[in-house]
Amino acid sequence: MALRPPDPKFVLRGTGASVNTLHFCCRDQEGCDPILFSGQGRDAAVCTWDLSEGRNAVIDYIPLDSYGFCQCSLMQKDVGHYLLASPGSTLSEVKILDLLKKTPVWILKPPADAKLGMPMCLKLWQPLSCSRPLLLVGYEDGSVTLWDPSEKKMLSRLACHNEPIMCLDFDPEKVKGISGSSEKVLSSWGLDEQQNLKLQKTVTLVNAGIADTCIRQDKKILATAGWDHQVRVFGWKKLKPLAILPYHTASVHCVSFSDHVVLSERFMAAGSKDQRISLWSLYNEP
Amino acid sequence: MEPENLEVRCLVKQAIVTLSSSRDSAEITRSLQSMKQYLGGPESAAPSPKSEEFVNTHYSHFLRVLTSNLSADWLLLLPIDQEKELFDYFFLNGPPHQAYLVLLDTITATSPSLRQERCVQILEQFLREGRMAQLIWEVCLKHTLPYTASLRETLLNKISALPDHMANKLEKNNRAIFYPKDYYPLLGQEMLSVLERTCEQLKGGMDCSLSFVSQLLGKVCIQGHTDAVLQTLVPRLTVLTQTDCIWQRICWRLVENVPERWMENVVSGLVRLAAGPEVLSRLLGSIVLKNKKAEFVLTHKFLLLQYQHKNSVLQSLLGYLAGEKSRGCLLIEVLKKLLETWGNSSALRHTPIEQQLYISKAIIISLAQLTNSQVQEHKAELLSGMMTGMECHLDSNLPRVRQLGMVVAECLSARLNSGDHRLKFQYAEDDESRELQSLSTPRPLSSWKAPPQQHRDGGSQVESRQNAAEGRQNMAESRQPVQRVQDTESESELDSDDELIPYDLSIDTELQRSRAPVYINDCVEVLMTSADPERIEITLKVVENLIRKNPTASREVSVQFAKILLHLEDKFNISGFVGLRQRGLVAITVTDIIPVTQYLTSEFYAVNYSLSQRLDILDVLALAAQELSQPDSSQRTANESTFTELLRKGASDLHDPSQQWKKIIKERIENKTRRFAKGTSRPEPKAVPNRLSSVAGHFFFPLIKNYDRPQTPFDFLAEQPLMMGRLIHTLAILVYFSVNIPIAIHMGKALLDFIWAVRYHRDVYVRQGTLFAVSSVLLSVPSHLLLTEVPDELLELRFWLADVAENDPDEGCRGSALQSLLLLENFKKKLGAITE
Repeated sequence: MALRPPDPKFVLRGTGASVNTLHFCCRDQEGCDPILFSGQGRDAAVCTWDLSEGRNAVIDYIPLDSYGFCQCSLMQKDVGHYLLASPGSTLSEVKILDLLKKTPVWILKPPADAKLGMPMCLKLWQPLSCSRPLLLVGYEDGSVTLWDPSEKKMLSRLACHNEPIMCLDFDPEKVKGISGSSEKVLSSWGLDEQQNLKLQKTVTLVNAGIADTCIRQDKKILATAGWDHQVRVFGWKKLKPLAILPYHTASVHCVSFSDHVVLSERFMAAGSKDQRISLWSLYNEP
Repeated sequence: MEPENLEVRCLVKQAIVTLSSSRDSAEITRSLQSMKQYLGGPESAAPSPKSEEFVNTHYSHFLRVLTSNLSADWLLLLPIDQEKELFDYFFLNGPPHQAYLVLLDTITATSPSLRQERCVQILEQFLREGRMAQLIWEVCLKHTLPYTASLRETLLNKISALPDHMANKLEKNNRAIFYPKDYYPLLGQEMLSVLERTCEQLKGGMDCSLSFVSQLLGKVCIQGHTDAVLQTLVPRLTVLTQTDCIWQRICWRLVENVPERWMENVVSGLVRLAAGPEVLSRLLGSIVLKNKKAEFVLTHKFLLLQYQHKNSVLQSLLGYLAGEKSRGCLLIEVLKKLLETWGNSSALRHTPIEQQLYISKAIIISLAQLTNSQVQEHKAELLSGMMTGMECHLDSNLPRVRQLGMVVAECLSARLNSGDHRLKFQYAEDDESRELQSLSTPRPLSSWKAPPQQHRDGGSQVESRQNAAEGRQNMAESRQPVQRVQDTESESELDSDDELIPYDLSIDTELQRSRAPVYINDCVEVLMTSADPERIEITLKVVENLIRKNPTASREVSVQFAKILLHLEDKFNISGFVGLRQRGLVAITVTDIIPVTQYLTSEFYAVNYSLSQRLDILDVLALAAQELSQPDSSQRTANESTFTELLRKGASDLHDPSQQWKKIIKERIENKTRRFAKGTSRPEPKAVPNRLSSVAGHFFFPLIKNYDRPQTPFDFLAEQPLMMGRLIHTLAILVYFSVNIPIAIHMGKALLDFIWAVRYHRDVYVRQGTLFAVSSVLLSVPSHLLLTEVPDELLELRFWLADVAENDPDEGCRGSALQSLLLLENFKKKLGAITE
């Protein structure tokens, strides 16, 4: 008989609204880490916050020109130099901004005949082998594309879902990523040497709809936030189903892993439409 | 009389006398030699008047004398080395028809003897040396001579029936060359060589008659050797007519000259064997316009009366009809006739489905052959044909007929309406519909280029070899990915998630947004009032269990519940709705049998029900009767649970070591022990009362009672054969489940009375139902009861069944009638055994 799934360690109540996105901030002793809430759909803007020493004040306010479903993606290029990928003004377009200067660095437009639909999720990442950042975009038509922003070129396109992609995450070490959509399928795909996306494995879930997915920093497990109120945990290497975490009573919107220095104190957080944030401790044994 | 002729006459007379009387070897040889000189070789340019006289007047008589002399000691008189030369020469070098007739007469007139054997030998030689071609050729040349008419008739008979004559006479000593399978191809070969000579003659500017060849061909074909002859003729003619127009004309004349009464066989043989419309057109010419019989065969018999031909035959025939402008109008006429038959509802009922399929194919193929202008010209007629045909096909109760109608109508409308007004039906594609659809594109001429007949075997071998090679390739291809998969797997051995132990994943179930009701009354409320699809779906899923778990509560609301379920509509396209509702209805019927069956059977004839609801009622009744007639499932589960307890006990014993060794020893002893007459190891199933027994009448009689007085103004039983058929089927099922029930005889009697009125119903499904009913009565009601209670009916039944088994157009009906007849026969045997 397999073990019953654990209960949440803590539950945070009282947000008064459904939780849309979460970010752990464990290294506050090092100074200010900006937290981002993309506000598209409400006021089409991104705010930077000062969280150091317990403050919570808006530092900056960057207006965007798109109302969509897409969250922005932030990447630290150098110390104090951040790049922000966000959906652009026209359909299918993606814009990359310099966060501090608030100026667009690159604007990426797919070819006119690609028919990709809206960008649904973005992931800006730094390959281990080269210095230029790369961008992964999941589109409304169910395909994942890889861009080289500095050359403004689409390197590869993989149609891995039949429905809009809701979320994706990428592991630069294994050059392998995961994407979830509004259907029942979770797909993992890899990049080969020629920077081509290749479908590797798909897992069919019981219920449709994955709102968010996140790979833990140690690349052992990944978690998905399901519209079916469940958080699911998989092994990252083979996508082996590991746990179903029932707690929430409405669809889960986001999952996130903490990167706390003490391993045993690392948590996974899930935020849901039921206005609660649950914190879980899973597979933390060394 | 001219002196030369007189001289020949004297010499022949003398020779005959010598041959029949002399015993002197040298004298006989000499006279034979002298006769031989008159038979110059067949190629001798201008025969002398003497030899002409000999050949015309004395040859036949001389040969007769020769054969009558044949005996062992006479042959000894001839020099041994010259026997063939002196004797056989006369038969193989004279006018062949006389030699042939003499030989055949001798063979048929004598009993087995040396003489007969020798003649057979010569005849064989005659055939081998191609004298038959010479014979046919000479008859053809002499077509103008008046005296030949009766001779030709005789020859025709004797040539075409040679294998029969020989087989009759020689019986077991027959030679292989006289077997039909060898002789007729040879005859075909000989005809070909005659045709070749004709061709040369025509090229030389001379006139020629082919009527004897045509007659011979017709005669052979009518005797049933069409394939044997034409399989040698057609491929060769196909090649020859390809470029040469003289050959084409020869072919046309050959076919045209076939006498009327044999025309059909020749033409149909050619149609069957010709590879493609173009070849057929070269072989037949425009015979279809010139000859009434051929027209009938090609445009009527092949399409509307016969239905065994392959698609390729149909394609080549219809392609031939479409081939030329002069014949083009025939094709449209044919298509109209086909459509008329296709749309004839009486034909639909009384012809086998294979024939309907064949007609459908013919329609689709001829549509593909029509030109656009033809289609536009006759659009109105074709459309009206399509509409009536579609209507009567869609009315049918047999799904296969309906589908045929849909496919043909789709093809028709695709051809008739170029715009968006095409018909599109929903049906499950199967091999048949795909085949039909594939016929709607005209077959390209290049696909007909069949390899010449004699190389066919080799060709198929090559093909099969190719297939094999392809297969191997496929195998290799399919193996590769497997290997790749293995690769990735082996690589992932190191790279697996095994160190992470999964938690219990069983809670991963489909998300239910609302709770299932727990009480039967809640179900009633949900199903009556709720508009939430999910709630209704969940409720429907639990309904059956709830009813069965709590029979007392269910009985309180049984009729009301049955009513709700019966009227429930599938508003939200719930998956498995029909099955869920049906199971619910069955459960409520079984739980509270009498009130619910009363309700259902009365509602069956009530007003304001749709056909599907009435069909549902029938299904529910049949399923409920089935469940009741079988041993109670709840008791069975109880038994099983005791079993599992026992098993568990055994399992717990295993943990006790002292018990374990005892058990092992016991097992070993058991293995070594052989017991004779050991009873069944399993306990006998417990006898339980048949729950249907007391209530079978409630199911059956209300249903059968009201059939002639429905309350609806619309007499659905008479109007809808499907309904009638289902009612009969259901009644038969009820009788079938009532086996061993005392009132089965009454039910059987009522059912026999009922079906007697519809036994010759025009609808196949109803007839199938009546036959099913008959067999279920015969199976369920004890035979002695039937024989004592309804002996007259049984007798009538037998006549009727025999009639159906013989004459019904539907194969299924014939089969079940036969089975019922067998059951009746068994009755007779049983009765015989009892009286003895």
